[in-house]
Amino acid sequence: MATVKESNNFILGLWDHEEVFLHAIEHIRHDGLEIFETLTPFPVHGLEDALGYRATRLHTAGFMFGATGTTLALSFMSWVMVTNYPIDFGGKPYWPLPSFIPITFELTVLFAAVGMVLTYCVRNKLIPGYVPRIYDKRTTDDRFALVFDIEGKSNEEVEKIKSLCSGHGAVEVKNRVFSDNECL
Amino acid sequence: MHAYESDFREPLINGDKNYTIITDELVRPTEKTYRGWWLLLIIFGTLAGFFVFCLCWTVFYGIGVWGLNKTVDWAWDITNFVWWIGIGHAGTLISAILLLFRQRFRTGINRAAEAMTIFAVICAGMFPVFHMGRVWDAFFIFPYPNTRGPLWLNFNSPLLWDVFAISTYFTVSLLFWYSGLMPDFATIRDRAKGKYRKMIYNTLSFGWTGTAKQWQRFESLSLILAGLSTPLVLSVHTIVSFDFATSVIPGWHTTIFPPYFVAGAIFSGFAMVETLMLIVRKVFHLEDYITINHIESMNKIIVLTGSIVGIAYITELFIAWYSGFLYEQFAFYNRALGKYWWAYTMMMSCNVLSPQLYWFKPFRRNLYITFILSIFVNIGMWFERFVIIVTSLADDYLPSSWAYFQPTWVDVGIFVGSIGLFMTLFLLFARFFPVIAIAEVKAIFRISSATAKAERAKAAGTANGGFVGHTTFGILDKDAK
Repeated sequence: MATVKESNNFILGLWDHEEVFLHAIEHIRHDGLEIFETLTPFPVHGLEDALGYRATRLHTAGFMFGATGTTLALSFMSWVMVTNYPIDFGGKPYWPLPSFIPITFELTVLFAAVGMVLTYCVRNKLIPGYVPRIYDKRTTDDRFALVFDIEGKSNEEVEKIKSLCSGHGAVEVKNRVFSDNECL
Repeated sequence: MHAYESDFREPLINGDKNYTIITDELVRPTEKTYRGWWLLLIIFGTLAGFFVFCLCWTVFYGIGVWGLNKTVDWAWDITNFVWWIGIGHAGTLISAILLLFRQRFRTGINRAAEAMTIFAVICAGMFPVFHMGRVWDAFFIFPYPNTRGPLWLNFNSPLLWDVFAISTYFTVSLLFWYSGLMPDFATIRDRAKGKYRKMIYNTLSFGWTGTAKQWQRFESLSLILAGLSTPLVLSVHTIVSFDFATSVIPGWHTTIFPPYFVAGAIFSGFAMVETLMLIVRKVFHLEDYITINHIESMNKIIVLTGSIVGIAYITELFIAWYSGFLYEQFAFYNRALGKYWWAYTMMMSCNVLSPQLYWFKPFRRNLYITFILSIFVNIGMWFERFVIIVTSLADDYLPSSWAYFQPTWVDVGIFVGSIGLFMTLFLLFARFFPVIAIAEVKAIFRISSATAKAERAKAAGTANGGFVGHTTFGILDKDAK
């Protein structure tokens, strides 16, 4: 399915309390291990800081979509009312800017919202019908998981990952191997 | 790590819970059918069928089958439209504004409130569309390039602004609601037993897995959508009020309309959310998640917005008198004491007087009273729109054309049927979609649940817990010793 060859061998550490989980992440990152993926059942406060993620730029995208909406709405209405179809509505000016404000505002919001949600879906790989890799079914229920890629890693490194996880409060550490035709 | 809230605050999740139990209890309504659900679906499904029948009747015979006459040419249709839009407005506003203000009681009600918005706007949209008569020409309301020469819409018209406002509002509400649903669909998918159930919920979840990056973007998206929706809601109901306020009909031509309509919308929306949530918590046994505390919080907002609406009614009367303008004075005098006095009385008693009971705590925390009053508020808000629309038109400038509006069975059928459609959609939602935002409830579990509060109290060493009831406060007891 994917063009890039993906790893199939993973180690999964599972936690059942988010605060223990956050501390574990700090320690594990401090020890220089690379976390492949982090899965939680709900947004955990402070998680992206613990993982060292940079802030999302989704809001910048939203602003740009919104600005597009503003520009389009204003220029379209101006073109219609001034150039293409100028009508005298009871002596009102041909370019009644205050009348344009409501629709301009609505279209700004519409463009910002639709554009942001589309960007969000694309960046998060959220597509109807897309079958994701599910490392463990409980990560949408009651478990917080760290996924480590162990393709081509030595036994020593694998053992280090396992001992670090269980040493920092993981309730379960296990291997997760994906077969090539695994589905939901 | 967490911003722990005071343990004096009442918990928002009752009972002895953990994440597993929360998932179980909140997904369960989607996994089995409750008997009460079938009963409600049959009743409201039948009404929805009648709605379709009445609309077909209207299209076939024309809107002459409604009770409209030459004087009162806007009546139940626009009343129903504004009523539904008002209900619809509150859902997203509740969800968005409570998110911006970081109100944790939001998590119990936001999903259902947003769903209510979507279905109410669907119902609302039907009325102006079918009032056009020739519904197949409904697309004329959008500015599109056409072959009739340069011919465009009038961008000065509030009716056109309304088209943009309501379609934008519907779209944004839908996106806001659905983006929140994706993670919960994934939760249902990962518990699903059957192959097709898994496939369907995976499709609905758009393949959500809950990675840290997804959640980071999710939080950013919900915050900004909430930030966009809040002014959007205000703008949309303001624009709906412009439909009346920019006209030159006495009784409509009032500058107080925008804030007054917005407050009315929040008022009726909270009432409708209460009606629905009281049914949902009973039918699906969700008493631990939609607590009396949630109900009381909503009742506080109802008494606030109900009083704002009351002040608006009185301000209108005062300004009409103070203006010294004969026609304006007549419109309001006639509204309160004229031939529609009964509608005005209904409006005043349901909207202004009855919510005043909520100044008293026992009333705010009584489920039966809340349920009855929530229906009262909805009735009152319908009459508010009826009073504004019909009484202002019925006695216009020319006494020879004064008329009385009487609805026909089609008017009644469409209105009652639209309630059927709304409830049918809501029941289907409650049966197949997670009616409480599962992920968001879990996110407040460590802060606001009874379990977490008890754990903290235990850790702090107080004998009977930080919060154990309405009257006993463990910490105070300890201090007294």
